[in-house]
Amino acid sequence: MAFLDKHKVIETNATLLMILSLLVVTIGGIVQIVPLFYLENTIEKVEGMRPYTPLELAGRNIYIREGCYGCHSQMIRPMRDEVERYGHYSLAAESMYDRPFQWGSKRTGPDLARVGGRYSDEWHQDHFTNAKSVVPESVMPPYGFLANTIIDGKYIQDTVATNRMTGVPYTDEMVESALADFTAQADPLGDSSGLEARYGETAFGTPVNVRNFDGQPELTEMDALIAYMQVLGTMVDFSTYTPVANR
Amino acid sequence: MAKPIKKEQRQVETTGHSWDGIEEYNNPLPRWWVWVFYATIVWGIGYTIAYPAWPLITQATPGLLGASTRADVAVEIGAVDAANAAIKEKLVAADLTAIGADPELAAYAERAGAAVFRTNCTTCHGSGAAGFEGKGYPNLLDDDWLWGGTMEDIHLTITHGIRNTTDPDARYSEMPKFGLDGILDETQIAQVTEHVLAISGQGHDAALAAEGAVLYADNCAACHMEDGSGDRTQGAPRLTDEIWLYGGSREKIIETVTKARFGVMPNWNERLSEDEIRAVSFYVHSRGGGE
Ligand code: HEC
Ligand code: HEC
Ligand code: HEC
Repeated sequence: MAFLDKHKVIETNATLLMILSLLVVTIGGIVQIVPLFYLENTIEKVEGMRPYTPLELAGRNIYIREGCYGCHSQMIRPMRDEVERYGHYSLAAESMYDRPFQWGSKRTGPDLARVGGRYSDEWHQDHFTNAKSVVPESVMPPYGFLANTIIDGKYIQDTVATNRMTGVPYTDEMVESALADFTAQADPLGDSSGLEARYGETAFGTPVNVRNFDGQPELTEMDALIAYMQVLGTMVDFSTYTPVANR
Repeated sequence: MAKPIKKEQRQVETTGHSWDGIEEYNNPLPRWWVWVFYATIVWGIGYTIAYPAWPLITQATPGLLGASTRADVAVEIGAVDAANAAIKEKLVAADLTAIGADPELAAYAERAGAAVFRTNCTTCHGSGAAGFEGKGYPNLLDDDWLWGGTMEDIHLTITHGIRNTTDPDARYSEMPKFGLDGILDETQIAQVTEHVLAISGQGHDAALAAEGAVLYADNCAACHMEDGSGDRTQGAPRLTDEIWLYGGSREKIIETVTKARFGVMPNWNERLSEDEIRAVSFYVHSRGGGE
C-alpha cells in the first residue's frame, strides 16, 4: 500500500490539500452539470416560447424584488392533483428564458406557473391592492403601493441587454426598441405594431397582450406586474406538443 | 470516580501517526457498519441501472424499469378518465335542459360541477357563489341574471366568458363613459342618478329625478330599458331592484355613470373540457336561480 502512504504528503501540505480538494469537487460538478448542456432530452423542443417583452420583464423583476417566490411556486409537478388544479405540468422549456428561474419550493399561496388569463386585469388590481377584498380568507399581503409607483423604463434597455448577455435570444432590434416596446404594451390606443411584430403572433404564434393593465393613465409597477402575471404559462402551444416519456 | 483509562489497559493499536506528539488510536468501524456501507454502494449501482441515470451521448440511460413520472401521471389520469368516460360522454351528448331530468347524470354533474367551481370560480364569485357586491363579481345564487339564467345562457357565458380579449365569441357590450367622455355634465349626471335612485326605490330628490327621467330616456333606456328592467342581450343590469354589481349608493351610481364599468370574465373553453363546462353550468343553474 505504498501508494496510500503518500497521503502523508497531502495531509502535511495544506495548500496542496486545498488544491486537490478543489479539483475533486470540480470533477464532481462537471460530471453532474455538463451533460445537461448537451443531452437532447434536458429541454424539449416546443412551439411558442419567446423571451419576455420588456414590460413583462420589468414585472418579473418586481416579482423577484417583492419576494413573491417566498409564497408562490412556478412549477406544476407531474401529479394528478396538480395537473387537475393548475393545468398541464410545467415543461423545462417554459422556464428556459428565466434568469433566474422562479420554480420555488414554498406554497403558502397557489402555484402561479399557469395563472396567465385565469383572471381579469381588474381582479388582479383588486387582489394586489387588498387580497381580502376578493378572497376573504387570504393571507397574502397588500401591494397597493405598486399602483402608485410610476416606472419610466429608464433601465429597461440595460435589463434586456443583460438578459441577452446571459443567453436569452433578444435580437439587436429588440434591445434597441426596448423602451418603445415597454411603453407600447400598456397603451392600447398607441401604436403597438412594432412590439407585436417582434414578440407577437407572426414570430411566436400568440399575440402580445396590449392593454392598460392597471386601469390608470400612468405606467406603473402594477402594469408591469399584471402584464407578467397574464403571460405566465400561456406561451407554449400544447396542441403541437407530444410528451416523450423519458424526460 | 472514574479513573482515566491507561494506555496499556486499552490494548488498542495506534495508526502510527504522530502529530506534535499526539497519537491516533486505530479504532476500526464495527463490521456491521462497514458491510451496510458496502451494501449501499451495491444498491447505488443497481439503482442507476434500474432508474434513469448515466448521461450518454444524446440522452441519459432510461433505466431498465422505464420509470417516468410523466408517463405515470398520464396513466393515472387516463384511468380516472376511462372510469368516467361513459358518463362524460352522456353528459356531452345530452340536451342541456335534459341533464336535470336524469338522476344519474344530475348527481354526477352536481359533484363534478362543484369541484370545477371550487377550483376555478371561487376566487371571483366567492366560495359560496354569492359574489362580491360592489366589486362587480355577481352573485350566482339569485335569480337576477345579467346575461340570462337558462342552462343555454349560463353555458354560453361560461364557455366564452364576458368582455375578454381571448375569445372573439365572448359576450360583449360597453356602457359609455358618460362623465369621462363628456356626454353628460356633472349636473346632468347628478340628475340621472336621482332618477336611478327613484326607480330602485331609494331616497331621492324628486325635482332632480324628474329632470333625470328625461335624460334617462335619451341616454340610458336603449340598454337599461325604459322602466329600468335591464336587457340581457346586452348584459345591462336591472336598475330597479336592490341587487347591485357595483353598489347602489348615490356615490357609487355617480361613479358608475361617470367612468362606466367593464366587468371581465375569462373564457373557460381553453381551460376546461366540454363535460366540465356542462357540469359547472349545471351546478350554477341548480344553485337556486336557474330558469
Ligand atoms: C405571505 C405569502 C404571500 C406572498 C408574499 C404573496 N402571496 Fe400571492 N397569494 C398568497 C395566498 C395565501 C394566496 C391564495 C389566496 C388568494 O387568492 O389571495 C395568493 C394568491 C395569489 C394569486 C392568485 C392565484 C390563483 O391562482 O388563485 C396571485 C396571482 C398572487 N398571489 C400573486 C402574488 C404576487 C405577484 C406576489 C408578490 C408581489 C405575491 N402573490 C405575494 C400568499 C402570498
Ligand atoms: C376573473 C374573475 C372571474 C372568474 C375566475 C370567473 N368569473 Fe364568472 N363572472 C365574472 C364577472 C366580472 C362577471 C360579470 C360580468 C359582467 O359584468 O357582465 C361574471 C359573470 C358570470 C356569469 C353570468 C352571471 C349573470 O348574471 O348572467 C356566470 C354564469 C359566471 N360568471 C360563471 C362563472 C363560472 C362557472 C366560473 C368558473 C368556471 C367563473 N364564472 C369564473 C368574473 C369571473
Ligand atoms: C350601451 C349600453 C348602455 C347604456 C347606454 C347605459 N348603460 Fe349602464 N350599464 C350597461 C352595462 C353593460 C352595464 C354592466 C357593466 C358591467 O357589468 O361591467 C351597466 C351598468 C350600469 C350600472 C351599474 C349597475 C349595478 O348593478 O351596479 C348603472 C347604475 C348604470 N349602468 C346606469 C346607467 C345610466 C344612468 C345610464 C344613462 C346615463 C346608462 N347606464 C347607460 C350598459 C349601458
